[in-house]
Amino acid sequence: MTRKHVVMLLGLGMLGLLALDRAQSTPLNPYTAPPMIALGSGMAAGGAHCAAPPPPAN
Amino acid sequence: MTQAAAHPAPTSAPGALSRAGVLLAVAGLVVAVALTAGPRSGAILAIGLGFGLALEGFRFGFTGPWRRMILERDASGLLAQLLAIGIVACAALPLLAANGAELKGAHAPVGLAMVGGAFVFGAAMQVVLGCGSGTLVNAGSGNAIGAVALPFFAIGSFAGAYHLSWWTALGSLPVATLDGGSGLAITLAGLAGIAALALKLGRKGSYRLPARYWAAALVLAVLAILHLVVAGQPWGVVYGLGLWVAKAVVAVGGDLSGSAFWAAPANAAQVEASLLTDVTSLTDLGLIGGAALVAWWRAGFASPVGVLPARAWVAVIVAGLVLGYSSRLAFGCNIGAFFSGVATGSVHGWVWFAAAFAGSWVGIRMRPALGLEARK
Repeated sequence: MTRKHVVMLLGLGMLGLLALDRAQSTPLNPYTAPPMIALGSGMAAGGAHCAAPPPPAN
Repeated sequence: MTQAAAHPAPTSAPGALSRAGVLLAVAGLVVAVALTAGPRSGAILAIGLGFGLALEGFRFGFTGPWRRMILERDASGLLAQLLAIGIVACAALPLLAANGAELKGAHAPVGLAMVGGAFVFGAAMQVVLGCGSGTLVNAGSGNAIGAVALPFFAIGSFAGAYHLSWWTALGSLPVATLDGGSGLAITLAGLAGIAALALKLGRKGSYRLPARYWAAALVLAVLAILHLVVAGQPWGVVYGLGLWVAKAVVAVGGDLSGSAFWAAPANAAQVEASLLTDVTSLTDLGLIGGAALVAWWRAGFASPVGVLPARAWVAVIVAGLVLGYSSRLAFGCNIGAFFSGVATGSVHGWVWFAAAFAGSWVGIRMRPALGLEARK
């Protein structure tokens, strides 16, 4: 087995993930997407980040 | 970032025509994402590619330099990390102070689970020789250990996020940040203090950074600042990995309403939305792609995968799960918590560094027992 096989398997996995995502997710609409640059956009930062504190436990 | 080979690696470096074709295809992919998901998504994917190109291209990372500091007293890699963080802080803290609504930092609370998670993460990252970014880069470059660890890292990240509220409730302090000019001064003084300590403990000549470390620190810093400006948030890794599994769980009929984290409106909306709108997913995909591009460009993928005993592969799988789970408890990995946390003034980034470095000391000593390297 070479690195080529590893990368091919990984690539198939990524393609599978994106295919699943496309089938399951809300369709994309580039016309409602945020502007390219957040700084100066006037929009509040809203993306998810691993450092964001969680909601309180139920 | 790449796995050391026991024998000289056979190369199958691609020709100029192949290289030009692949570069065009990658550029086309970025444009296609920008056209279908919006220009910000395309830009973030391009930045992620840049991270992958830089980390693999300069053979730079986080796990290896910590290992060399602990085992060989070589402080140069750690110094390069501190330099990159310092450069980002010089831009990020003033930007956050002036644009607090549009930009946000990697700010998280210090707590019992956070400290424990960082310690365990530090140990596990030394077991697989790959941290958050390192596992993605290693997998992209064709390293079998990284590729096997990655899906289990994602499962662990999903599970850690699932239980995160419970863990955080065990005991957490309020979020503490270093803001503005005084925050920047304290951050730079802290980085300088750690650098001085590393030089004192390091072997003679550690202060001489190889040219590739200077280049890596500068390029990573520029990309990280660009990431903050474009995405509105600092560079992170592990949220996206957990999200991939959350989407798969929902696709097979799973119910996430039992998790305070995944049922929270913002996260539930992200599970429903396309991955191409999620910041960390885009940078993660870019990291993998950028690393693959460099590895292929440099020597092709002809070198064989190393042979390891079965217990070593079991260790890699367990370490992958632990990496993902612990990084959620710790509010980030070496990127989201250490690199971005410290650079955007979060006190939890400093605590993460201390706990993960101590964990690394333990993880390094676990590798021979797990069959991942020869006993000395």
